[in-house]
Amino acid sequence: MNEQQQTLLDFMRQQSDKLFSQTLEHIGLTFISLLIAVIIGLPLGIIIARKKQLSGTVLGIAGVLQTIPSIALLGFMIPVLGIGPKPAIVALLLYALLPIIRNTYTGITGVDASVKEAAVAMGMSKWQILKQVELPLAMPVILAGIRTATVINVGVATLASYIAAGGLGEFIFGGISLNNTNMILAGAIPAALLAVLFDFLLSRVQKLNFRKVRVGTYALPVVILLLASFYFIPSAYGGKLTAGFTPEFMGRQDGNLGLREKYGLKIHTIVINDAVMYKAAYEEELDVISGYSTDGRLKAYNLVVLEDDKHIFPPYYAAPIVSEAALAKFPELEKTLNLLAGTITDSIMTELNYRTDYLHQTPERVAKDFLESKNLYKPARNGKAGIIRIGSKIFGEQYILANMYAMLIKGYTNYDVSTKTGLGGTKICFDALTNNQIDFYPEYTGTGLLAILQAPTQTVNKLISDKERTYNYVKAEFNKRYGIKWLTPIGFNNAYALMMRQKQAQQLNVKTITELKNHLDSNK
Amino acid sequence: MIKADNLSKHFGAVKAVDNVSFEVAEGETMVLLGTSGCGKTTTLKMLNRLIEPSGGSISINGKDVASQAPEELRRGIGYVLQNNGLFPHYTVAENIAIVPNLLKWDKAKTQKHTTELLEKLHLSPQYLSAYPNELSGGQQQRVGLARALVADAPVLLMDEPFGALDNVTRTRIHAEFKALDELKRKTIIMVTHDVQEAFTLGDRVVIMDKGRIIQQGTPQQLLFKPANSFVSDFLKEQRLQLELRTIKLTDLWESLTDTGRKTHTDLLSAEEDMWTALEGFKFTQHDNINIINQDSREIKSVSFEDLMGAYNQYKKQHRHE
Repeated sequence: MNEQQQTLLDFMRQQSDKLFSQTLEHIGLTFISLLIAVIIGLPLGIIIARKKQLSGTVLGIAGVLQTIPSIALLGFMIPVLGIGPKPAIVALLLYALLPIIRNTYTGITGVDASVKEAAVAMGMSKWQILKQVELPLAMPVILAGIRTATVINVGVATLASYIAAGGLGEFIFGGISLNNTNMILAGAIPAALLAVLFDFLLSRVQKLNFRKVRVGTYALPVVILLLASFYFIPSAYGGKLTAGFTPEFMGRQDGNLGLREKYGLKIHTIVINDAVMYKAAYEEELDVISGYSTDGRLKAYNLVVLEDDKHIFPPYYAAPIVSEAALAKFPELEKTLNLLAGTITDSIMTELNYRTDYLHQTPERVAKDFLESKNLYKPARNGKAGIIRIGSKIFGEQYILANMYAMLIKGYTNYDVSTKTGLGGTKICFDALTNNQIDFYPEYTGTGLLAILQAPTQTVNKLISDKERTYNYVKAEFNKRYGIKWLTPIGFNNAYALMMRQKQAQQLNVKTITELKNHLDSNK
Repeated sequence: MIKADNLSKHFGAVKAVDNVSFEVAEGETMVLLGTSGCGKTTTLKMLNRLIEPSGGSISINGKDVASQAPEELRRGIGYVLQNNGLFPHYTVAENIAIVPNLLKWDKAKTQKHTTELLEKLHLSPQYLSAYPNELSGGQQQRVGLARALVADAPVLLMDEPFGALDNVTRTRIHAEFKALDELKRKTIIMVTHDVQEAFTLGDRVVIMDKGRIIQQGTPQQLLFKPANSFVSDFLKEQRLQLELRTIKLTDLWESLTDTGRKTHTDLLSAEEDMWTALEGFKFTQHDNINIINQDSREIKSVSFEDLMGAYNQYKKQHRHE
């Protein structure tokens, strides 16, 4: 436990810049939306307190908005408002509306009727009554509503990171996708503390006596405005270029951490979901993104990979891994699978991925076209000599490879094939192989090294820059530990990569990550 | 001063106030008396347009109230509520200064008026910075009264002003109320369901029932010449006390015989009522009380038997008129 705390503190210290800017963003998001919610909700509450026949409709609509799950609400916003802070703020503001409208309404209708009558009878105008009697007397109830809205917003704002609006959710969801407890806690603990802190502070404001409430009523908007402006502080520095990284990339040693450590790269970074990242780069909302070097969208959006001249991204060369048992049972298997060895380069794999991911061609067709172009395709023999079970992970590239292997086996041998595609992630695929539920699947050297073998840091550092040594290391270890054989690599390297728009990279004359760093430094 | 002409207020099919007419002279205190739901409060609230009438007209000082902006109208009419209606978030001083601030008085003037009023209402200036919830019910009601009086509006409307007070406090405030110079000059319309209060404070009493006026007149007129059985029934329970309170020693003056035995020097004004005279007997060691008639500068020393004899004679006369 002690060790755990220690490492959490280490993590927070190491990431203190990031933590600080995320916290500011989080506070900013919370209070920008809160401010707008007050600006909209307070007058609405006042109006429905005057015209009670409207109250059912208005409170009903605000109540329905409140019940929409937050992720869904964010999802609805994307087509209308795109990604970034705008949809996040709108979603947060919709959540904050109900408590503010309802409490304003309750507060104002709850003002003692005889006090209101006295105010009217003394000749105060409606506006004077509102300003001098109703609002001050309703203020504790209205503040309670603002308090509820604030706490809701602090919580929901963690989801804003899904749509690249920043906040502490970056750590929380990054941590979840990396299975990194420290990272989750580094986001979750400050978020919880913020909620508790704001709740406490607002409860103090609420308990002030009437006289001080008058001061507080003027001070509060100023404070909210100030806190709201926090959102813009982190964006204010960082120079010209903006990077968009996935939460997973943000937390990995062979990701953003390495970029900072080995390259000293400091770039204004937003966290973004991998589904919208490439498009955002294409639309010039982002300049640098973290992607996979064989991703089809690279081609679709005209992006180039920056050379990793300091070798922080480990090689992810793909090769089929086969259980020794299967090799013994199906003697022709190894030879057949190695037909593909060395045939697919990075650019070919990118092209193939582009055809499935972007042109929406089926993996079978893409696989067959490729084999035919290489003169490797043979019609199926429909042999009955046994069934080989092929596994694949749940993304396009693996589907294509699995289809190619299936066609090769059917065409060159008398074996039949059953494919088990879409086996979740690495762990599920690998467990299926070791438990003899599949016979082989395509794996990547980097994954084998880092995720499966979980090699010690020194070993990784030693191997990482050399693809041959990495391959040899995992091959030897897999054989020794699991009785699994790495066959000859297929040729392409699907590693993490930094990418830029081709045109911009040419303009800036940036080809490597070091050149990118120099460009950023020279601009400061 | 105030004239209501065929005033009506209908809430749907219910006639809360039905064709009511009355006049109140300047400086007069008129009391609207009746049970709950008789329309007295609705009538009162139509005078400063808290409720808009369905029919009829009201004029104050010859000006139709409907023709004035309601805010302007109300700033010229003092208003006292049953539950005082003090602003809980304002101090006593701020509460009293509401109308002066609306009228844009300067601070010094407001302060001067406030201090004077508080003194007359027997409230220590230390309460100026207190909040209403720190005061007793009686003190709150005094502040409510001060708030209605501070701008020196010529008309004062009071909606059951002492209804929330206990008997002892109420009696004391009644006495102060009658003695207050500020109120003697004002035209006051007060609503109450308390017969005693109506007879003690009202120059004229209007008895209402089901939105209509049953009888209006001086307390004596209501007591001794009730228009119908409703009025006499309404007053029946407290009749004796009301009579004793209503009949003044001046009314009996001619029938009182001077025994000539002035054994002590205590003097009772003939302006006082029978009730007070009887209390005089209760608290004195002597057989006689000395009564002075301010008009004729005459003093009569009267025995208890003489006083009761004169009282019975007066009642007989008035009933047979």
